[in-house]
Amino acid sequence: MSHPTAPLRAPLEIEFDYTRSLGPVLSQFMAALTERRILGARGADGRVHAPPFEYDPVSAEPPASLTEVGPEGTVVSWSWMPEPLAGQPLAEPFAWALIRLDGADTAMLHAVDAGSAAAMRTGLRVRPRWAERPAGSIRDITCFEPCDGPAGTAAEGSGGEPREVTPGMTVTPVRLHYMHTASPGETAYLRGLAEHRLLGQRCGVCEQVYVPPRGTCPADGVPTSEEVELPESGTVTTFCIVNVGYPGQKDQGFTPPYVAAAVLLDGADIAFQHLVLGCDPAEVRMGMRVRAVWGEPGGISHFTPTGEPDAEYETYARSL
Amino acid sequence: MSADVAVVGFAQSPCRVREDATTSGVEMLVPIFAEAFRACGLTRRDIGFWCSGSSDYLAGRAFSFVSAVDAIGAVPPAMESHVEMDAAWALYEAWVKVLTGEAEIALAYGFGKSSGAELRRVLALQLDPYLLAPLWPDSVSVAALQARRGLEAGRWTEKDMAEVAARSRAAARSNPDAQVSGSVSAAELLARPYVAEPLRAHDCAPVGDGAAVVIIAAADRARELCERPAWISGFAHQVDSGSLGARDLLSVPSAAGAASAAGAGGVEVAPIELAELHAPFSHQELLLREALGLGDGVTVNPSGGALCGNPMFAAGLARIGLAARAVMSGRASRALGHATSGPALQQNLVCVLSGEAS
Repeated sequence: MSHPTAPLRAPLEIEFDYTRSLGPVLSQFMAALTERRILGARGADGRVHAPPFEYDPVSAEPPASLTEVGPEGTVVSWSWMPEPLAGQPLAEPFAWALIRLDGADTAMLHAVDAGSAAAMRTGLRVRPRWAERPAGSIRDITCFEPCDGPAGTAAEGSGGEPREVTPGMTVTPVRLHYMHTASPGETAYLRGLAEHRLLGQRCGVCEQVYVPPRGTCPADGVPTSEEVELPESGTVTTFCIVNVGYPGQKDQGFTPPYVAAAVLLDGADIAFQHLVLGCDPAEVRMGMRVRAVWGEPGGISHFTPTGEPDAEYETYARSL
Repeated sequence: MSADVAVVGFAQSPCRVREDATTSGVEMLVPIFAEAFRACGLTRRDIGFWCSGSSDYLAGRAFSFVSAVDAIGAVPPAMESHVEMDAAWALYEAWVKVLTGEAEIALAYGFGKSSGAELRRVLALQLDPYLLAPLWPDSVSVAALQARRGLEAGRWTEKDMAEVAARSRAAARSNPDAQVSGSVSAAELLARPYVAEPLRAHDCAPVGDGAAVVIIAAADRARELCERPAWISGFAHQVDSGSLGARDLLSVPSAAGAASAAGAGGVEVAPIELAELHAPFSHQELLLREALGLGDGVTVNPSGGALCGNPMFAAGLARIGLAARAVMSGRASRALGHATSGPALQQNLVCVLSGEAS
């Protein structure tokens, strides 16, 4: 960041997989996809829905049985994707299309690898291009392609990586990219940490001191701007002993059991959570006096006991 | 339909791309709360119920709405709720709270930093998680499928769509909160390239950050707080199927149903004079006019509408706020605010506002 008071900004990548149970109808649908068949459901009004409904929109009953449709179909509407986004079915320009599969009355949304917008039209006949390694997911259809063209091999988009087939389950990877912006108060706090300084803010109405700064007093709803520098000493208000690591936990130089504590810095009115290391977890207690240990390149590595006598309960009771 | 509750206050932030804003909404909310309170002579302590609309997917963090609670000053504790939808639905919850007597004065607020991520891609996560979301169909492409259906069915032309955009931009010249405005002809717009054929940039709402707040009050308080309250004469929302390919994309039954339930049509009462429609795509204004039964005599989107500023989770609430403002200022005696949610107008809400209590 060029300007010292400009809010800090940084890319934030969030990744998580949703593992979902499919239920009776979609389990059959996805299992059929792994066999390169597409199933639909006939409703009480005689219309065939493909993909199948789980409950009939007319009668609210589950489908009595599923019926095979397609696999060829007809485009009923389309739009052109000139610059595919991350995770979409194809990496090269393609059409999104609503496709009415032969034997169905409703349409299925998928991609069509048509090569160019000029080759797309409503009424175009298309057939599925199947993934080489099925995974029991809608991505088992890589895309559709024109029936009158050669079998294509366009580059697949990301996000459709083959996975283990678990009957009745489907896994959807989600990857999101954000540009995260810290608030002005958080920015000052983070810049302070780099200089081994602890900066909070005081509310002009209730005079409570918040660290990290919140920008707005949660008690009064007014902006806070008065900066307060706090010492690196404080009191454990409450804590827990972590005995089990979490999946994907990185090596931080310590292993369970370790202590996660709420630490009330001297002069602050709310505690924040940090690690307490440097002693047996069994020794950590409410009221224990601790001080910050700075890490490199900046920021608090953890808190460690100072050896002072414990703080009186009354000194931190209202911050619990 | 009850008219015992009225809108008494409204404020919104300008819709802009705000690189310096956090996703908590606090910076955008604190000033507009102050503006709305000042106009009604209220303080935050007078609010009996708060309800917000926002989304964790937009913010990129869990429980993001909890951070926004700092802006309302929740000490001592406040009665507060949240919807993961446009805050027009938060207003609906607030309205029910006042109708049932649990609060006399309630406030709904919505906020969204739409520019924090690639909005059209994030919105793929609102789709069916088994059959649609794994393909990442973006919101612009889905709307384009609906636009083409209408074009090929002869319901509208690309020129009709461009005329909606041109008229909206011209109207937005008098709206300082609009993100896009200006004088441009439909012909000029049609000369520009497609972004998702058949949609061009002017057919799609811009991506912008913003917040909005609406204050409502029960009858006696409303008359104290506002010279001319905007009485809520009808308020309803309905939803269509989540199965995109099973819907008739050229009818909007949920909008028509909500309008009917909210008494928007009724020949027995005065006609709607002004409507603020939440149409994030140009063709959707054409669909909504028809579904809501709005004739040529109705002034539609004098603010420029969502095509000129569409802060996610606030734009629908702002439509109701703007319609209410038209009633409160005396510019209209009966106005309609509309909000939408979901892909291709899947879910719709209608709020009818009147200068006369029932």
